[in-house]
Amino acid sequence: MLEVSIKHRFAGFGLDAQFCAPVGVTVLFGRSGSGKTTIINAVAGLLSPDQGRIAAGDWVLLDTTTGRNLRSHRRRIGYIFQEGRLFPHLSVRQNLAYGAWFAPKTAPREDMGRIVDLLGLGALLERRPGALSGGEKQRVAIGRALLSAPKLILADEPLAALDEARKAEILPYLERLRDEVHIPILYVSHAASEVARLATTVIAIEAGRVVAQGPAEQVLGDPTILPAGAREAGALITARVVRHHDDGLSELEANGIALFLPQLAHAPGTSLRLRIAAHDVILSRGRPEGLSALNIMPGIVQDIRAGEGPGALVAIDTAAGRVLARVTRRSAMTLGLAPGVGVHAIVKSVSVAPADVGWAARSAAS
Amino acid sequence: MTDWLGPAEWQAVVLSLRVSLWATLFSLPFGILVAYALARWSFPGKQIVNGLVHLPLILPPVVTGYLLLLAFGTRGPIGAILAEWGIVFAFRWSGAALAAAIMAFPLMVRAIRLSIEAVDPKLEQAAATLGASPAWVFVTVTLPMALPGIVAGTILAFAKAMGEFGATITFVSNIPGETRTIPSAIYAFLQVPGGEGAAMRLVIVAVGVAMAALVLSELFARRVAARVGGH
Repeated sequence: MLEVSIKHRFAGFGLDAQFCAPVGVTVLFGRSGSGKTTIINAVAGLLSPDQGRIAAGDWVLLDTTTGRNLRSHRRRIGYIFQEGRLFPHLSVRQNLAYGAWFAPKTAPREDMGRIVDLLGLGALLERRPGALSGGEKQRVAIGRALLSAPKLILADEPLAALDEARKAEILPYLERLRDEVHIPILYVSHAASEVARLATTVIAIEAGRVVAQGPAEQVLGDPTILPAGAREAGALITARVVRHHDDGLSELEANGIALFLPQLAHAPGTSLRLRIAAHDVILSRGRPEGLSALNIMPGIVQDIRAGEGPGALVAIDTAAGRVLARVTRRSAMTLGLAPGVGVHAIVKSVSVAPADVGWAARSAAS
Repeated sequence: MTDWLGPAEWQAVVLSLRVSLWATLFSLPFGILVAYALARWSFPGKQIVNGLVHLPLILPPVVTGYLLLLAFGTRGPIGAILAEWGIVFAFRWSGAALAAAIMAFPLMVRAIRLSIEAVDPKLEQAAATLGASPAWVFVTVTLPMALPGIVAGTILAFAKAMGEFGATITFVSNIPGETRTIPSAIYAFLQVPGGEGAAMRLVIVAVGVAMAALVLSELFARRVAARVGGH
């Protein structure tokens, strides 16, 4: 468990954040410039906040009341930077071994061969970073951080510099990391799909302040918390793969509700987490007939939050879980939506993006 | 080859190589330190240090030589203390090396400083997060990445040391076998009738050494740059 409490003033910007990051992936979620990177740089020791305390259990990294402020190289962190920051003059193998060399000899350390397999780096070991693709560089950067025997992993938008194909290549590795490495991972992101795929805990940051923290399903399902804006809103649903149909659809089941998605690669029985984007959800008072959409989830409206524009965000509790729907205020009025009203949330199968489907975190699945 | 050069000329060539080699090797650690300090640290008096380092580049060499004589002469403030330890610079080959080192120092520092400034501090931060102390960051990241500039600066300094004349002759005079380096020897040969042949041979040696140094530095820098560049 990592506990962070920091206050820092810049010219024209104040940071005041307190949160806890348990084992698993804790995503600092917010817009660019909200102070996310400042927070993890403070955890890394690359920035000294005016006031604060940062500790992982009894391992105190910073405490301004006692004057303790460990230098970066004594903090035992593995930092995955947005731009990789591999050492260009060293081979991939030497980059990977760099941190292990400085780690205390008694520190529990990852096996190089295991990490190389986990990240698929076997063929790259003798190359230099200059000869790697962007995705390969990021995988090496992840491996380098893991192999430094860290007590804590920090990741600052490690996928932001990559295109969609490279992101899709790395996300499964990060999911495996979340489920196989038993230390806190603090992950900065402004992309809702990354949060949906990776987060066990979400810390929503707005203008240097924590506006919500908790399990990913809870924070992303709250219509009043929109750290990335209403366009990025979308709730998480956990569902199990039932079977793959011949017509190219996969059938899933979420607490008794059948969901159909375009063919997934996951085996039947796998527990998955889906992000249902709020703008992809249609609402209907009665059970719709003669509709092409395959996924219909009956539920009860819990909350309606009017946006600044013509839109409103509706939170519906269904048997499958919390769903957010983004509709116009006019529709909400015409339908007579209000807390307690029964509705059907409708989602087109093809609108669930593959990037929004990932393995459910083990802790969430169990 | 000894046949081609007379004994006096040969002596000047060997002495020049020795003086320049020592001048370069001894000033290299200081050069790296000063370059690093100027590139990465901010401290009071930084501009004064920068000015002092560059002074020999702008001052007339004779003035630098005379200042060295005042400071390091046997009765000079530093020379007197060093003399008690048995270290004498005035009118010795070691003095020639000192003069050459000081005259070449600005060129060395300039090249190394530029290459250190080109090393991305973000890489040094990354090394620190991986557990490397500042000293290890310097040895494992900054130094190897700045190597092309360090090599270029070293070779440039060596070539400058080979050609140093004004400060050397003022500080340690022109003593055959002790302080008569190639430039001093050429000057001496040109002062006596019939010395033009010997002077011309030394000129050829000087041009040859300078060219070799440039080609070598270019080759080595390219090799290191390719290594650092990762291709």
